[in-house]
Amino acid sequence: MKKKKKLTLLQKRSLKGYLFILPWLIGFAFFYIRSLVMTVQFSFSKLDVLPGAGGYTLKNVGFDNFIYAFRVHGSFKQTLTSSVGNMLIDVPLIIFFSLFMAMMLNKKFKGRGIVRAIFFLPVILNSEALKAAISLGETMMNGGVATQAAEVGEASGTVLAFDIDYLINMFINFGLPVKIISYITTAVQRINDIISASGVQIIIFIAALQSITPSMYEVAKIEGATAYETFWKVTFPMVMPHIITNVVYTIVDNFAGSKVVDLAYTTAFGEFNYGLSAVFSLASTLVTLLILALIVRLIQKRTFYYN
Amino acid sequence: MLNSVKKFLVTLLRVLILVGVGYTILAPVIGMAVNSIASTEDLYNPMMFLFPKYPTWEKYALVIKRMGYFATMARDLLYTVSLTAIQVFVCSMVGYGFARFNFKFKGLLFAGVVLMITIPAHTIMLPLYMTFKSFDPFGIVTALKGTPGVMGTVVPMFLMTILGCGVRSGLYIYIFNQFFRGLPKEIEEAAFVDGAGVWYTYFRIMLVNAMPAVITVAVFSLVWQFNDTFYAKLFLISENVVISKKISSLAGVLSNQDKILNVSIQQQHVNAGILLVVLPILILYLILQKRFIEGVERSGIVG
Repeated sequence: MKKKKKLTLLQKRSLKGYLFILPWLIGFAFFYIRSLVMTVQFSFSKLDVLPGAGGYTLKNVGFDNFIYAFRVHGSFKQTLTSSVGNMLIDVPLIIFFSLFMAMMLNKKFKGRGIVRAIFFLPVILNSEALKAAISLGETMMNGGVATQAAEVGEASGTVLAFDIDYLINMFINFGLPVKIISYITTAVQRINDIISASGVQIIIFIAALQSITPSMYEVAKIEGATAYETFWKVTFPMVMPHIITNVVYTIVDNFAGSKVVDLAYTTAFGEFNYGLSAVFSLASTLVTLLILALIVRLIQKRTFYYN
Repeated sequence: MLNSVKKFLVTLLRVLILVGVGYTILAPVIGMAVNSIASTEDLYNPMMFLFPKYPTWEKYALVIKRMGYFATMARDLLYTVSLTAIQVFVCSMVGYGFARFNFKFKGLLFAGVVLMITIPAHTIMLPLYMTFKSFDPFGIVTALKGTPGVMGTVVPMFLMTILGCGVRSGLYIYIFNQFFRGLPKEIEEAAFVDGAGVWYTYFRIMLVNAMPAVITVAVFSLVWQFNDTFYAKLFLISENVVISKKISSLAGVLSNQDKILNVSIQQQHVNAGILLVVLPILILYLILQKRFIEGVERSGIVG
């Protein structure tokens, strides 16, 4: 009791602060810190699970798992690079698409509520189990509902989708760089992925746009700025900090659904090669965190913080 | 005159884009719905577009029977809603702790929250699997069940959620932290002067004021918990609790028990199943969506 009385008000408050975060603190230490350490440990070992509900044994094998993953394993490096590559294609597209959409949805118009509800729909439908089935819908995107019905009906009489290759060839003949065209065509092909991955980002951007004070736009208007200038000089700098939030969210979200994760999962629970799976997890996470850090640093340099 | 033409064109463009993107989002859902109510005659009729001539609910009836739909969905909703309630409670508490108290290592600990957001769950899946496979603190599990390990039950998910490490808990803590920091300090000071304790202030005053953030997190948590298959797969949670797992086995069940071997017809049933699975969460979202989007706008999710 004596000891308690000596605590100042501030110290008491700080103790209560610890009490508030206590559940998380225990969980974080047990589920995250401990697990991270264990994952590192697994990656340097050969792990054998004991039968029944028992534990496991570890045998130290040094860098064997790493060497195997990067030198011998057939598909790891490819999967990693293609996952990262897809991520680098998707992230800018998702960010710009969601910013664009947020600006559209932020304006007042009739039926805005319904449209917003529709735009968040992909987040609800974005479950693994449902994704596989919805990928059927993706084929449909090439020609609308009718071709899908026709496809299911195993009748190929009606072709509503027009010939995209013709257009692509036309642009290549114009002399446009093939790289740009292929980027655009991959983007168009992935439009369904991009839209369905943008739900949360659109909402974050809408929130960001709401937080810009209207007086800024008034000033811009009085000074005679065009809509284009207003966007680049007012809107864009003001939402810049939120672009970082969105980039972080997009990268993490994109990575969580990528092929590397599947590979790590099947290696562990399909092939029971736990050590190798730990290496896959660790390597891919490190790569992602590195990219994350680089991109955030890059954007942060150009970011203007209002406060 | 020129101005009004320009205005009209801009509006037209906007409508076109919104309708186009809206269609891209809705098309798969509409397609599935149409496909699932089409009868076999419609299925093989290439002229059928959007409106089946002989719509039938028989696929739904069969799928409901084979999935044990109502019982499974009730269990799943109970599981999801209780986890959501725990998420809101724990994450708001932790977020409040970070927002309003000063203690040693606060910066470092908050970096831990950010780390939780950025580290993908698969990095820690193996240790979690191994831990829960032989989980037996003080022999409690052995005493209750006979053998150690809590795999195949919902215990791991509840345990992680209670300790603030459930599905995307890091994000929720972040949202709550951001929101509480935005609330004026005067509210708490007034409560303190009036003699309210910290816990009373938190439960009766701050949490009530944080309603937008609560709704935001509740909707996010509801949706993501319901859709989560990663943890459900990792902890081998039964498909009698997590209904979306039943979708993946539906085609197999149908071909075994009902001898439906035609892939197109199987797909019709799967479509019906998917729509049935998302239906409750969709209804819930439509009820909450207006307050949800307002909540996001006000809750400063953006930091």
